[in-house]
Amino acid sequence: MALKTERMVLNMGPQHPSTHGVLRLELEIEGELVTKVTPHIGYLHRCFEKHCEAMMYNQVVPYTDRMDYLASMYNNWGYALAVEKLCGIQVPERVEYIRVIMGELQRIASHAVAVGTFGLDIGAWTPFLYLFRDRERILTLFEMTCGARLLYNYIWVGGLSHDIHPDFVRMTREFLESFKPTVTEVNNLLSYNKIFIERTANIGVLPLDTAINYGCTGPTLRGSGLAYDLRRDDTYSIYNKFDFNVITGQGLQGTLGDTWDRYYVRVQEMLESVKIIEQALDQLPAEGDVQSAIPKRIKPPKGHVYTRVENPRGELGYFIISDGNTNPFRVKVRPPSFVHLEIMDDLTRGHLISDIMAILGSIDIVLGEVDR
Amino acid sequence: MKTREEIFEILKAQFPDAVLGIDASLPTEPLISIDPLKIKDICVFLRDSEELKFDSLMLLSGVDDANGTKTKDEQGHDVITGGTLSVYYHLDSVYLKHRVTLKVSAPRENPDVESVSYVWRSADWHEREAFDLLGINFLNHPNLIRILMPYDWEGYPLRKDYKNPEFYLGMKVN
Repeated sequence: MALKTERMVLNMGPQHPSTHGVLRLELEIEGELVTKVTPHIGYLHRCFEKHCEAMMYNQVVPYTDRMDYLASMYNNWGYALAVEKLCGIQVPERVEYIRVIMGELQRIASHAVAVGTFGLDIGAWTPFLYLFRDRERILTLFEMTCGARLLYNYIWVGGLSHDIHPDFVRMTREFLESFKPTVTEVNNLLSYNKIFIERTANIGVLPLDTAINYGCTGPTLRGSGLAYDLRRDDTYSIYNKFDFNVITGQGLQGTLGDTWDRYYVRVQEMLESVKIIEQALDQLPAEGDVQSAIPKRIKPPKGHVYTRVENPRGELGYFIISDGNTNPFRVKVRPPSFVHLEIMDDLTRGHLISDIMAILGSIDIVLGEVDR
Repeated sequence: MKTREEIFEILKAQFPDAVLGIDASLPTEPLISIDPLKIKDICVFLRDSEELKFDSLMLLSGVDDANGTKTKDEQGHDVITGGTLSVYYHLDSVYLKHRVTLKVSAPRENPDVESVSYVWRSADWHEREAFDLLGINFLNHPNLIRILMPYDWEGYPLRKDYKNPEFYLGMKVN
């Protein structure tokens, strides 16, 4: 007699340790196999875009912190770039260098959380502890610079809120030296671990054309094998001065574009960020006022602008319409996590329920940014 | 790689009726205006044309232009009648590395825009968001329901004349 299965609906979340925030996944399952996933979002919706319309341009910066709270520096930076482009502000060179250093430190911190919690979801405890130990040191560097550990409000339109601490360069170099062995350790403990590979290789394969059609960017797109990085391909700030590689998935452990590939892109990108920071520290101009270009009053001309930056999760875009007033007429954010969450249904179909955590971890979403 | 002006010329030659014009006077990026009911055909052309190849939709954003007549109701809240709601499309070609911005405007009372979710899958959620927050009606969208606000919410929060509700499901708001 054939085994009789019945389609049933299972709710995962909104309170679930593996959903990385308040996300509800409505699973349609047949036995252990998933046939459909419907994400329900909006639990953290706080109308960021409506708030912006009631704020002056410089007052929006703290709100951007609270979107992708694991990469706040980058959110500040993207917003600042958009307003600077709208107003035609040139920032001093020292500011650009400090922004790159902070942005790349933030990328390491964010990838450390992504890689660590990804292992945690699958049942590997130890790498998470190593990575959080090192992320802690990055947060200390940030705290030393601007007083905050998570929500910085550091990169302002036209400049920075504070100059770096006299010890910052030395301590950052020390950190980078000690961080490189951690990556090797994570590789030995997690990346090439047989159990981990069994759980992630050939799971949630994302073909390249599907990824592009869905608008995927960042490690999710690069994991599918396309070397596309806005830092190189649509360069902003001073990224054209640095030498770094764009990491892509190779399909080393299974199919190209599987969960393992997306994970491994992040691990290697941390080392590329280390390379960028080292170069930036070498070239950092010694003197310069970081607040010299901050405008007293921001009143851009009528018009609109779309700028994008390579956030740790992908393309973070800000679309700002100005009607010539001191408040923005409309601010629209393109959050990478929002776009990536949409592919969940495609990636999970036909997999086991336990693979959903692996797939969700590998696209690395932050719900604060999905819901805004 | 093509400039926005070149892309406009190609589109204008292909769709003389549906492409309304280009606004290059803005300080930043030129904007191509399109008929809201022809946008899907134009997007299919932009995606499939060999020389353009716009394979990804970066961002789709709804905007309340607030260009109608403004009046006050008895409680002193703004009410806008007439004017338009707009949708901006930021397209990107991953391989050819050029970008273009399209804009459609639909009347505020009857904001019908053709859906492009069959052209780019990413448009699905972006269009749901524009529907949710601005009430733009995307024709032929597969699943046009609210996405960020609760499914039974009333009103469209990002409209410029949005009035906060006093109660939601019998609970006091604020």
